[in-house]
Amino acid sequence: MSEKNINPLDINGQHFEPNLYLEKLFKESTLKQVMDQENEIIKDTQTLHSDMQTLVYENYNKFITATDTVRKMKTDFKKMETEMDLLAQNMESITSFSQQISSTLQDTREQISKLSGIHSLLKRLQFLFKLPSTLKLRMEEKNYNQAVEDYLIAQKVLQHYGGMPSFQGIKVDCETILVELKEELRNQFNDANATAKQLANSVDLLLQLEEPAKELCAEFLTCAEKRLSEQLVMLKDQSEQRDITDFVDLGCSGFLSDLCLVVASFHDMFINRMNIENVENSEIFENFADIELNTFILNKMEKYFELVQSKVDMEQEISDTTVLVKALDRFYRRLQAMNTLCRDTDFAKTGIEIVINAGRKQCKTHLQVLKMHFADLLTKARQTLTTPKLITQDDSNINLNEMLMSLVLTVVEKVKGVLQDLVVFIENDVNFAQQALFRDSFCVDNVREGLIVCFLHHLTATARGLCSSNVSDAKIPPILLLLLSKFCLDFQNGHVHYLLTQADELFTINPKESVALTTETEINTTMQESAQELLNYYVRIQGLNISQMLRKSVETRDWLHTIEPRTVRAVMKRVVEDMASIDSTVAQLYEDQGVPTEHSSDSSRKTHSISVSRHQYRSNWSAYTPNQLDSALVSNIHKLFSERIEIFSTVEFSKVSILTGIIKISLKTFMECVRLKTFSKYGLQQIQVDTHYLQLYLWRFVADENLVHFLLDEILGSAVHRCLEPILMEPSVVDIICERG
Amino acid sequence: MENENSVIYGLEFQARALCAQLADTEKIRFFVGTQSLKQVNNQIHLVEFDEEKSTLKTLVYHHSDGEVWKLNASPTDPSLIASCYNSVNKENLCTMKTAILKIPDIFNDDNIDNLEIVTKFDTSAFGNDIKTTEFHPNDRTKAASVTDNQIVVWDILSENAQNVSHITLEGKNSPKFTMGKWNPHQNGNQFATATDTHLKTYDIRTGSLAWNIDNVHSQLTRDMDFNLNKQYHIATCGDDGFVKIWDFRQTSIPVYSRTDHSHWVWCVRFNPFHDQLLLTASSDARVLLSSAASVSSENNESIIHDDPLENQDNKQILSDGPLQWCEHEDSVYCAEWAPAEPWIFASLSYDGRLLISRVKRSLKYQIML
Repeated sequence: MSEKNINPLDINGQHFEPNLYLEKLFKESTLKQVMDQENEIIKDTQTLHSDMQTLVYENYNKFITATDTVRKMKTDFKKMETEMDLLAQNMESITSFSQQISSTLQDTREQISKLSGIHSLLKRLQFLFKLPSTLKLRMEEKNYNQAVEDYLIAQKVLQHYGGMPSFQGIKVDCETILVELKEELRNQFNDANATAKQLANSVDLLLQLEEPAKELCAEFLTCAEKRLSEQLVMLKDQSEQRDITDFVDLGCSGFLSDLCLVVASFHDMFINRMNIENVENSEIFENFADIELNTFILNKMEKYFELVQSKVDMEQEISDTTVLVKALDRFYRRLQAMNTLCRDTDFAKTGIEIVINAGRKQCKTHLQVLKMHFADLLTKARQTLTTPKLITQDDSNINLNEMLMSLVLTVVEKVKGVLQDLVVFIENDVNFAQQALFRDSFCVDNVREGLIVCFLHHLTATARGLCSSNVSDAKIPPILLLLLSKFCLDFQNGHVHYLLTQADELFTINPKESVALTTETEINTTMQESAQELLNYYVRIQGLNISQMLRKSVETRDWLHTIEPRTVRAVMKRVVEDMASIDSTVAQLYEDQGVPTEHSSDSSRKTHSISVSRHQYRSNWSAYTPNQLDSALVSNIHKLFSERIEIFSTVEFSKVSILTGIIKISLKTFMECVRLKTFSKYGLQQIQVDTHYLQLYLWRFVADENLVHFLLDEILGSAVHRCLEPILMEPSVVDIICERG
Repeated sequence: MENENSVIYGLEFQARALCAQLADTEKIRFFVGTQSLKQVNNQIHLVEFDEEKSTLKTLVYHHSDGEVWKLNASPTDPSLIASCYNSVNKENLCTMKTAILKIPDIFNDDNIDNLEIVTKFDTSAFGNDIKTTEFHPNDRTKAASVTDNQIVVWDILSENAQNVSHITLEGKNSPKFTMGKWNPHQNGNQFATATDTHLKTYDIRTGSLAWNIDNVHSQLTRDMDFNLNKQYHIATCGDDGFVKIWDFRQTSIPVYSRTDHSHWVWCVRFNPFHDQLLLTASSDARVLLSSAASVSSENNESIIHDDPLENQDNKQILSDGPLQWCEHEDSVYCAEWAPAEPWIFASLSYDGRLLISRVKRSLKYQIML
């Protein structure tokens, strides 16, 4: 562009160099072309020239007209100047006039402004004067909010001008009304029917009236206390009629929520408000209020807990666990939620204590029920045992074993049922069950130790109680003792284990973890011990019954004046019969463990026993015809002589041992009684017949028949010693008499 | 058997009567009466134990009137014993009799003397059986016999005892006494008896029941003994194998009850000096020396003392239960403490063996210290 601009060849441009242009033109163009160019340029120059002429002409024209116009303006301005002068004059006169007017109006204006001031004052005064009545009206309308607002407006003025006598009246009036108002508000406060919201409102108003916060707060608390107490009383009243779920619901919705509301409004009204309004005092006050509130809550909660506790306590007797657990769960959850209320205490903890208590109680009730159930079972067993005497032997045979089975089963089932029932306590959806505190105490202390172990101990204790000697109740059927003995043994052999593992599994107790747990072996030992004790006692009682019979039969007879024996005395038959019946009873429950020394066929046994007796008669009574001896037997008998026979000794859990025990006791009695008597010849022979009879029939019941032989031999020996004329009967005759029965 | 502690004396015959010579406080002497139906064979042995040498000296007297069932020594006169014996007449009929016999002062080595009957009792009016004849503890003119169902109090000064009064036991099924004993306390006005399972004590002056304990044992009550040092305590034993001590002011429950024997207990005796020692004889052929320290008069636990520490240090109270035992071959029906020496006792088994034993030394020290 710049090149173009400085292009010196452009004819229209500024930097046009005519020489250069010409040179170029000459060089490059033909003549013709130069000629044309010349013509063209001439033409152009001519047009340009004419254009310039017209332009000059036009401009000149314009200049002429402009000069004309300026001349005309000059004349016009002159006219205007005069008019302006006139205007100035007029304005001056107007100013003076207006000044005149305003000065005349000045006075009036002042007066008016004064008047309007007075008016507003009067209005305010009027408000003040009306205030008492307005307040009254508001009071009547119960529009306390408005009343307080009104008063607050007037308050400042009254404070300011309170000294003036004219206001004094108003002030006094207002104050009385205010007192009334406060009274009213307080009343509302104390009104039992007022809701917590209303209450809060009243407090708010009172606070606005600058009542001392401490007092208010105390009053608020007393009032709340009253209301809550009423709630509590109501709860208490209800507690007897309602079931536990209702009760807990009622407590949650009534008491607890009210308490929450009270606490919340307290916080709103006293603690939070103070924070905003008065920073200096707030800390002190807050502390104070906090403490007050805490003690209040604690107090109330304590009472509530007491109530719940007593309700729970009351409930135990009849309650069903699921309902109880549900109610307790709700109660506990609610408490957990409440926990934020009060800073220092953990209500959940107290709550869990109550729950634990309830659990313990429940376990105890269950234990009680189990105990009662067991007692019932025992009485029932007793009743059935005392009656079947009338029925044939076979019947009682069957039902004894069945009875044991059913007894064991019912007890085990019942315990199982109780465990199942209690499992509800630790189900997963139950809140408090997740607390370790509860779990530990409930599962281990209450269920396992408190219920299962305790019940098992109760079983043994009851069993032992039956055989304690100072029980005046002599009517316990001996079979029951036998039954219970076997019962304990059965428990020892598995049911204890079963129940304990059941409990451990259900309640996830690891028995190896805790040292304090009662071990299975411990219980088994006591079971075994009581089984033993019962069995011993059974043997003793049965032995005693037979002893008694034998003793009476020996004591009441006049052995000096008796006829030659023809038969075995009925007592002996009775003894054998009783032994047989005891044998069959025992056989149902206790199997033969120890095999008697040897069992040959019955017939050979008989001859054997006779030979034994013969030999023994000989050994005691030398005048008697000597007989062949079995050397083995002699040594046996010698052994027996040297060995002490324990009469009231411990027996083993086998039929033979039991029966041996009974026979030992009976025969020993027989001997002691014989020693206290004096016999004639026939008396002695009667004893001879009797002992022979016993020998024939008793051996089969015992483990070691030599024992029977020895004891019977002692009896006969004693009788021989106590006989005035000791002549024994022919053994063959004795045999015949005995075989005749 | 505690051989070092015991001395055995064997009799030829069976025996169930033993008593200590109560009136002699110097010598340790026991009387044993034999029981043989061949009545001329019956003897009374006076056994004297020399404690220092551990030897026995015996005197034998004939008691040809019958077999001795029960002997009692007079508490006032060392030469007098009361015997209850069974006499068989020519028709082989037995009659129970009782008499007071006198031990002669001089012993004739060549001859065995028959004992002289000092006082005869005519009991025919009171029943067939005579259980015992008991000297009055203080009054030497009085004795009481227990027959089937009567207590007969005698004046025994003359040769034929005079019946002073008698008390009859009444009740259904004609109950019988098993034994009787004077109560050493209460000025000897009470006489205690056992009948069946009960204890009944009568006031001898009025003949009325002074006190009684029912169902002392679940079976027959065999024997009883008063605690000389504790006037309301009485020990009983019986066929249920129990030994019990009762406070008879409070009769619902015994203050002490044990069953350590394995058969009937026939005899129970408080040690007259240390009443925590209880001697029992049983037909399980054992004599047991047990402790009843918890109820003894030497148990101060219940009494408030000034310095309990000192007391504990000085005296360790024995625990209740068996302390020592003697084994016999046959049932033991009698056991007695030596009245002259607190640590010696005798026991007699039916096979005629008299065992004189000492309380173990360690035990003795434990009690004395």
